[in-house]
Amino acid sequence: MQGHSKSLKILGISAYYHDSAAAICVNGIIVAAAQEERFTRKKHDAEFPFMAVKFCLEKSGLTLNDLDAVVFYDKPFLKFERLLESYLAFAPKGLISFITAMPVWLSKKLFLKQEIKKALYKIQEFDRKKLNLLFTEHHLAHAAGSFFSSPFSESAILTVDGVGEWCTAAMAYGKNNQITFSHEMNFPHSVGLLYASFTYFLGFKVNSGEYKVMGLAPYGNKHSQAVENFMHTIKSELVQINRDGSIFLNQKYFTYATSLTMVKDKKWKLLFGIQRRAENEPIEQVHCDLALAIQSITEEVMIKMAMTCKSLSESENLCLSGGLALNCVANKALREANIFKNIYVQPASGDAGGAIGAALAAYYIYAGQNRRIDSKPNKFETVYLGPVYKNKDIEQFIGNYNAKVDFIADELALCKLVGKLLADEKIIGWFQGSMEFGPRALGNRSILANVTNTDMQKKLNLKIKNREDFRPFAPAILAEYADQYFERTEFSEHMMFVTNLRQKYCIEIPVDFEKWSMQEKLNYKKSDFPAITHVDLSARIQCVEKVLNPRFWLLIEQYRQITGVPMLVNTSFNVRGEPIVCSPEEAYACFMESGIDVLVMENYVFYKEKQMDHDHPTKWKRHFEKD
Amino acid sequence: MEILKDILGFLIERKKFWLAPLIIILLLLGALIVLSGTSAIAPFIYSIF
Repeated sequence: MQGHSKSLKILGISAYYHDSAAAICVNGIIVAAAQEERFTRKKHDAEFPFMAVKFCLEKSGLTLNDLDAVVFYDKPFLKFERLLESYLAFAPKGLISFITAMPVWLSKKLFLKQEIKKALYKIQEFDRKKLNLLFTEHHLAHAAGSFFSSPFSESAILTVDGVGEWCTAAMAYGKNNQITFSHEMNFPHSVGLLYASFTYFLGFKVNSGEYKVMGLAPYGNKHSQAVENFMHTIKSELVQINRDGSIFLNQKYFTYATSLTMVKDKKWKLLFGIQRRAENEPIEQVHCDLALAIQSITEEVMIKMAMTCKSLSESENLCLSGGLALNCVANKALREANIFKNIYVQPASGDAGGAIGAALAAYYIYAGQNRRIDSKPNKFETVYLGPVYKNKDIEQFIGNYNAKVDFIADELALCKLVGKLLADEKIIGWFQGSMEFGPRALGNRSILANVTNTDMQKKLNLKIKNREDFRPFAPAILAEYADQYFERTEFSEHMMFVTNLRQKYCIEIPVDFEKWSMQEKLNYKKSDFPAITHVDLSARIQCVEKVLNPRFWLLIEQYRQITGVPMLVNTSFNVRGEPIVCSPEEAYACFMESGIDVLVMENYVFYKEKQMDHDHPTKWKRHFEKD
Repeated sequence: MEILKDILGFLIERKKFWLAPLIIILLLLGALIVLSGTSAIAPFIYSIF
């Protein structure tokens, strides 16, 4: 199939489960991509991505009739087969769940071909007979999304998530424009669902609270008997880990295959000696220890899987994807295991990224197009793909809202001013260029702050983001200085890896630190950059390269010239439960509601104290379901 | 009709013919659910059961 090079336009869609999204690939390049939640303002929105598709078509200047193919990221019949066989295997258990699930399958999900065509027709009219509608397997979409956007011409590929159709993890090998799968692990045995079960038991929401378990784990006492006992219990009762990294989950303790919950609460209480934590209950040391136990086991499984991938492929490169690939602490463990020389993680590894993967799979595998490998542009193309608002759009918004602004035409002067404000410990809402695709804000829809302030983490968590105080913040650092401050910095443009702060910037940790309470650990100043140093002296860094995001780079450089520090706190521009802001209206509302001091949208600067109603933040209060 | 063709193709490819009766029953039930909600035959469905 190689040797072809044709102009092809492909729309990839992920929808109906969680994080629906759309992406358009033209000649192998992703030219537009967005998640539906950013438009509907409903976090993890699973509905058909009407607005995301519309945006992608507009941005790429295409109509539905121009498309050579529309690709959905999942095979619905295969998923239906899994559902039926699972219900039959567990019957009569699961009858209620079966009755709940069937109507939506029999009226909608089984007829996805018609549903998708109908939905697309609502966006714009097109020739139904001409439309080439394709379906790719879920894990192929993950694998393609990672491998085809990586800088490698050949690579081992590992995809790990909750569940696709049957598959929960897969090993493959990619070469040029082909991907060959060698091993699969099937439902109900799933690393993602195991992690999600602990997320549920620790009182967080499944499919969104996994980050919190990951953030909580370092507060566990690494060398304690409690963690050791938890790990022993998990391995002896819940999960059997095989040498190749595959796992077998003891279904006696789980309910996800037959009900709408994850685990058998009573059995887990007997196993771990604690009740399932309710969402509003305080987090205690035992919860941190349990989080650490499951995080460690996840890392062990991922490393074993990676070792199997290595022995199968003999490649020096690994492409990682699937929801588990967003566990940047496990990614760190994988990198430090030195199994592969290079590890690339797809920045939108979750289901939203399936839209990109589906489009790329169709382009390279189905259509057999020649592989195009450009390391630098590829990094760019997979992230800044969303809506962009120019100064004239913001101007119009200012008129509508009667907002008070300063306009600074010169980019350098603007960055100098904002750098100075950051040095003065102001918190900045930073809105510029195209919105990021994927879960990370990478300098275009970000809240920025000073890294040296001791109270900044608490302030950002409690007063700005309204989220739990233990959650860490990530730094965005000039790529030129990253090695000076952090231990491992390769492939860190998208915040997909955690790394350790170099020893010289760390403050000595007391000998009995591990025995301290969570609050004591949180309040202790651990480094010269307390706002971004997690309790284990790690940070999830973003290396900012001038070529990838010139204005963001310039801003950090101006801040460095004033303070000598080449990094800033970079957190997503939103409050708890809110999807990252997309438009100027949402950015302004978030700015007015939260404790952000200054909002910078393109070349406009909004000072909080100059805005009307600045002393009535409740007037701007919006309601989002907490994640 | 396209859906039946697709399902048949799927069953052949997966060699899972034993699922066919189950899928047919479920599809009939599904059709009943849809018809009972929207069509002119809805008043007669309750009298059937």
